[in-house]
Amino acid sequence: MKKRFMMLMSSVLAAGTLLAACGEGDEDTTPVNDGGNNNENEAAEGNNEAAEDGEGFSSKMVTDVGGVDDRSFNESAWAGLTEFGEDYPDVEVDYIQSNDASDYAPNLNRLAREGTDLTFAIGFLMLDDIKTVAEQSPDQNFALVDDVATGEDDEPIDNIANLTFAEHEGSFLVGVVAAMHTETNQVGFIGGVESPLIKKFENGFKAGVKYVDSDIDIAVQYAQDFNDASRGQQIADTMYGNGADIIYHAAGGTGNGLFTEAVDRAQGGENVWAIGVDQDQALTEGEWEEGNVILTSMVKRVDQAVYQVSEDTMNGNFPGGEIIEFGLEDEGVGIAETRDNVSDEAIEAVEEYQQMIIDGEIEVPQTDEEYEEFEGEL
Amino acid sequence: MMNNIFKGKLFGLVVPLIAIGFGFLAGAVIMLISGNNPINGYVALVQGVFGDTYYFGETLQRMTPLIFSGLAVAFAFRTGLLNIGVEGQLIVGWFVSVLVGITIEAPMIIHLPLAILAGALAGALWGFVPGVLKARFQVHEVIVTIMMNYIAMHVVNHFIRNYMLESGQRTAFINDTASLSSDYLSTLTNFSRLHWGFLIAIAACVVMWFILWKTKKGFELRSVGYNKHASSYAGMSVNMNIILSMSVSGAFAGAGGAMVGLGTYNYANILPSFTNLGFDGIAVALLGSSTSIGIFLSAFLFGGLKEGANNMQGQAGVAPELVEIIIALIIFFVASSYLIRWIYSRVQSNKEGK
Repeated sequence: MKKRFMMLMSSVLAAGTLLAACGEGDEDTTPVNDGGNNNENEAAEGNNEAAEDGEGFSSKMVTDVGGVDDRSFNESAWAGLTEFGEDYPDVEVDYIQSNDASDYAPNLNRLAREGTDLTFAIGFLMLDDIKTVAEQSPDQNFALVDDVATGEDDEPIDNIANLTFAEHEGSFLVGVVAAMHTETNQVGFIGGVESPLIKKFENGFKAGVKYVDSDIDIAVQYAQDFNDASRGQQIADTMYGNGADIIYHAAGGTGNGLFTEAVDRAQGGENVWAIGVDQDQALTEGEWEEGNVILTSMVKRVDQAVYQVSEDTMNGNFPGGEIIEFGLEDEGVGIAETRDNVSDEAIEAVEEYQQMIIDGEIEVPQTDEEYEEFEGEL
Repeated sequence: MMNNIFKGKLFGLVVPLIAIGFGFLAGAVIMLISGNNPINGYVALVQGVFGDTYYFGETLQRMTPLIFSGLAVAFAFRTGLLNIGVEGQLIVGWFVSVLVGITIEAPMIIHLPLAILAGALAGALWGFVPGVLKARFQVHEVIVTIMMNYIAMHVVNHFIRNYMLESGQRTAFINDTASLSSDYLSTLTNFSRLHWGFLIAIAACVVMWFILWKTKKGFELRSVGYNKHASSYAGMSVNMNIILSMSVSGAFAGAGGAMVGLGTYNYANILPSFTNLGFDGIAVALLGSSTSIGIFLSAFLFGGLKEGANNMQGQAGVAPELVEIIIALIIFFVASSYLIRWIYSRVQSNKEGK
């Protein structure tokens, strides 16, 4: 009996080992959050509210379904928090990942109930949940990235800071780059879930392309998913197949499929490019034997925004109820630092247009209506 | 004593328990290998369910739709049908109940039952189609129901996006008269989203048991499940029973969707991907061996695992994917209950041989 039992046990262990080995491959891309736990003890020792060195202050975030390794804005937000934690070693930083939409409210609540001083909700998908949670924990501070939370009277909510970005302006600039680089006179845009936010990317990009050359065709398709790389690859395949040679994506994890497809085609000798989003994606994606398929990226400095709001809050200046827009002017958006693939001509043009946008000479459209108007005036 | 446990009726209970035990054991091994302390991990998991009335309330809230989707899968399974379309039936049920909740004005006593019923009907319709195709044209229900899931999701998304979009990704909130939300239950559990739907789910368990085991129709349904040809020979209409079974199964799923729409969220939103509530129902039904009480208990387990998983990453630093792995392992061991039986019988014969 005993022997049998041992055998059974060992087979279970063996199975566990095998499965764990499979899991370990993921380890590179799934950093287990140590960042905050290291500081936990130190932070717990003193409870001085918002001391200079940040002792006792905690700033944590809830990711949306993309997870903290989405190579996109969740990752960027966590990078900002990590940096904040490094600069102020006594501060406690941490994150919780959400597996699906039903996790948002419990996760936000969890952080609020732990007494977190500042809780970030990363992504507009959490808009409704953060409103409810903020109402239930009125003494806690929250910050929402990418959207504006308003109460029933359309007034901002006192304990939520709203962090938004001028994505249309940044997208305009990568649109300019795309227009100057396309050889087939066709470019494409892949969106995540169709929404006012992603529309800002789309319309800004289209406006940038058309501003340079109104004869260029622009294909637009939405994957209706932020986390489906195979769908992204399918769409990219169709667009490249139809003659586009540069595709810009604003689709989170779905966009990774675009890079896969672009690399495949580049290896097959085709001259195609992809444009990344949110982070300088050329640093992590798109590489192949003879270079990188990522032409440029529209960076959105979620990390800076998260860092700045954390620092302000720690110093007692929580921007509650305010809507902070990070635009071209304060380098909240812009084109990526990696510019190996971009021609000097295009960079010059980008700099010129950037100044024009800052000076208000170009009004970049955000919605479909504004875009139609913009196009009509060209 | 041991003999009785394994040979008697209790065996049905022992297999899932062993499977759960092995699932957790294997999960512990994986945690060890990935550099986490399994004891801390499981303490965090348990605390994430029982540590705070809020967490407990959220767990009950999470298990509510799982009960319905489990019942839906089990009901069809009793008639020998594999309803993989619970996900889609749940989505249309969610949407239609919210639609009724928004557009109709009526006192609560009419409005709320009407909204739930509308959700159940929509789900039933979504189950009826594959039922008819199976009965009439012998199209395999697994294929049809899988495809119906996609149709459900994209059609619902289309309607929300084009006709009902209120802010960002969702519809307007439903009228209060159609809401299952309960201030009482919510306050009781420290502002969790627990709602009256939980009690309805318990009632639904009783309803399924009653239909299947206490009515003539239920006997027919089960009989078709056991042996189609014998049932046909005995004068039962196999085709009618297949259609009926799929429709009722869909109605359970649709009602589950209504619980999510009217209770948890009070709105419907554009779904970027499947909710997985329906697919998890397959696991719930399997672990609960397609019995009402079993489904209730396994829905609690799965709801608790999902709720506690968030605490595991927050408190113990364990990746949430690990909980998915544990769930998968539990299902794996349940599915291999044959293996457990076989090992046991070998152990037994060995003993007797001595």
